[in-house]
Amino acid sequence: MSDTFEPVIIGFTCNWCSYRAADLAGTARVKYPPNVRLIRLMCSGRLDPTFVLHALANGADAVMITGCHPGECHYIEQNYKALRRFLLLRRTLAGMGIEPQRVQLVWASAAEGARLAEEIARIVEEVRALGPLHWPTSTDLYGKPFSEEEAFSVTKETSAPAEVNA
Amino acid sequence: MSANEKPKFAMYWAAACGGCEIAVLNIGEKILDVDANFDVVFWPVAMDAKYKDVEAMPDGYITLTLFNGGIRNKENAEMARLLRRKSKILVSFGSCASEGCIPGLANLSSRQEILDTAYGTLTTDNPDNIRPQYSYAAPEGELHIPEFLPFVQTLDQIVPVDYYIPGCPPESHQIGAVVDLVIQALQGKAQLPPPGSVIGAGGSTVCDDCPRKRHEKKIKEFVRIQQIKPDPDLCLLEQGVPCNGPATRNGCGALCPQAGAQCIGCYGPAEGVTDYGARLITAFASVIDADDPQEIERILDGLPDPVGQFYRFNLAASLLRAAKPAFTGK
Repeated sequence: MSDTFEPVIIGFTCNWCSYRAADLAGTARVKYPPNVRLIRLMCSGRLDPTFVLHALANGADAVMITGCHPGECHYIEQNYKALRRFLLLRRTLAGMGIEPQRVQLVWASAAEGARLAEEIARIVEEVRALGPLHWPTSTDLYGKPFSEEEAFSVTKETSAPAEVNA
Repeated sequence: MSANEKPKFAMYWAAACGGCEIAVLNIGEKILDVDANFDVVFWPVAMDAKYKDVEAMPDGYITLTLFNGGIRNKENAEMARLLRRKSKILVSFGSCASEGCIPGLANLSSRQEILDTAYGTLTTDNPDNIRPQYSYAAPEGELHIPEFLPFVQTLDQIVPVDYYIPGCPPESHQIGAVVDLVIQALQGKAQLPPPGSVIGAGGSTVCDDCPRKRHEKKIKEFVRIQQIKPDPDLCLLEQGVPCNGPATRNGCGALCPQAGAQCIGCYGPAEGVTDYGARLITAFASVIDADDPQEIERILDGLPDPVGQFYRFNLAASLLRAAKPAFTGK
């Protein structure tokens, strides 16, 4: 078991729909993979792309963004903003070499517990197929000034990310 | 007072273009204040000095070091560590040292790609495909050049930094103000801000200094500045020109928008911004006037190079720091 890759996925959920969908999935005993860690926001419009970058830079293999279906936002139109941010963020991440499957947007109403569970299962399998992201900034030495020995244990051809960035 | 008793000043360039040094000279007659108040002990662009002279100094000998340039190779990193040891106040000077700047865009490519571009394109006259070697056996002995690191890092990713002066290059009047402040602080007439502060810049955004009129923005398409005749009084972003003002720190006086060009973000992230590009993504996405995914995608096609747009100066200091090829070498 220990050699199978279990992706870590951060899921941002909206208080009014997808968080309740996840809640509903729980009370209805719908099973979904435990790989996703849900974080509740008041609205998908609260989702600063910084959160996504932070998650990916610190060890998450993927990020799931969820919100109310178009036209059903509790705050009228903020999920459209989330949609636009998501589409622009995805283009930016493509330029950084991050696969589109690693950041996905899912609409789920409060009644769609089963559907949210299916979507989570789908995303987990897609990310599992891609393998770990292991972004080099996610090593625990990230951000700390490093010593000469650590910094330059770099081979000349390719660099093992963790070593380089240590 | 003999020259030896004056505080010591140093300026060093790592991976930089030299524009920061020009900006320092552009402070005009204030450079005489620098000379009157400081003993310049190390400044490779202005005076002859050897690294061994710096190594011979006691730790903390230099009062103020302005370090410009990013960390591209091993020599840059060694000098960063050396000058950190020798300096009381180490200032990350300019965009390259603080956030990687234009050299930091090389973080989108692997080392191999960078070397291929430099030594192996059609326009390069290099028939024997000669590549730099880290060591070379010359008749006089073995010669070494510093190792080219996989990606550009900022100064504060290598050593702790006391202050940051942003800008590509920092505006001369801002440098002048910082020089005044340090001199006054040394004379006990002023206090330096807490370590880690950004000095010589504002605490808000370029938009705050920009005189163009702003309304609620709704954009149906992004245009490049040469495709339109911009209204000189109206916010450029409102006219569809991708202007980085909303996320960029002020301090330059909004020079580019006043000259009719969009802000490209050389003063770096505004106060409180964690990831410069993420803030711009938020800003741009909020003003797009479309709710339909296809229509949004069509509008986004007007931004052909999102990474270049959002991280032109900031890639090495961004949360992701580099693209995958730089990290993996492929």
